[in-house]
Amino acid sequence: MNGWTQTVLPVAAAAVVLAMLLAAWRLLRGPTPVDRILAMDTLYLDTVALLVMVGIGADTAVYFEGALIIALLGFVGTVALSKYLLNGKVID
Amino acid sequence: MDVEHIAVADLLVAALLMVGALFTLLGSVGLVRFSHVLLRLHGPTKASTLGVGCVLIASALWFTLGRDGVSLHEVLITVFLFITAPVSAHLMAKAALLLNPELRGSVIESKAPPGQHE
Repeated sequence: MNGWTQTVLPVAAAAVVLAMLLAAWRLLRGPTPVDRILAMDTLYLDTVALLVMVGIGADTAVYFEGALIIALLGFVGTVALSKYLLNGKVID
Repeated sequence: MDVEHIAVADLLVAALLMVGALFTLLGSVGLVRFSHVLLRLHGPTKASTLGVGCVLIASALWFTLGRDGVSLHEVLITVFLFITAPVSAHLMAKAALLLNPELRGSVIESKAPPGQHE
């Protein structure tokens, strides 16, 4: 199969990379700590989308495991940082 | 499967990829453009469910059609994201309200309180 998907894939990947750049701008800019956590979370999710696209482009399933681990650790990281802001420690 | 069906499926995968990428981009535009923290929470939530969800469905469809047998492990990430997105958004909103309690009134009036503009 080599048609629409392979044609569209670079455009979609470029859109996700642009989204990651915008999230990185918010990560550096702030202004509140919650904005930075939110930007990190968005970066994790965009990385998952980008890895899945790379997997489709290379036609292998090896990138899937990486995407799954990034999704899991991204959630844990977001929860840990938010809990730290909420009560000064991660595990009560 | 005959050639015509594969062409239709190819078009469907391409459309899902473009919709997913567009929602991901719009989520980040919302993250940059909205005026205060609680509004900024709104954008990336759509990117995580609709955007990444569409991309993962496209991937499941692609690997189901391109290989023998059904490829369903992408659904694993989709389900995980649908479960965890509200939890992390709730915790971030709680943290934002703890850091700046004045935000409570601003949600109803939908405007930024003084000092919260960038």
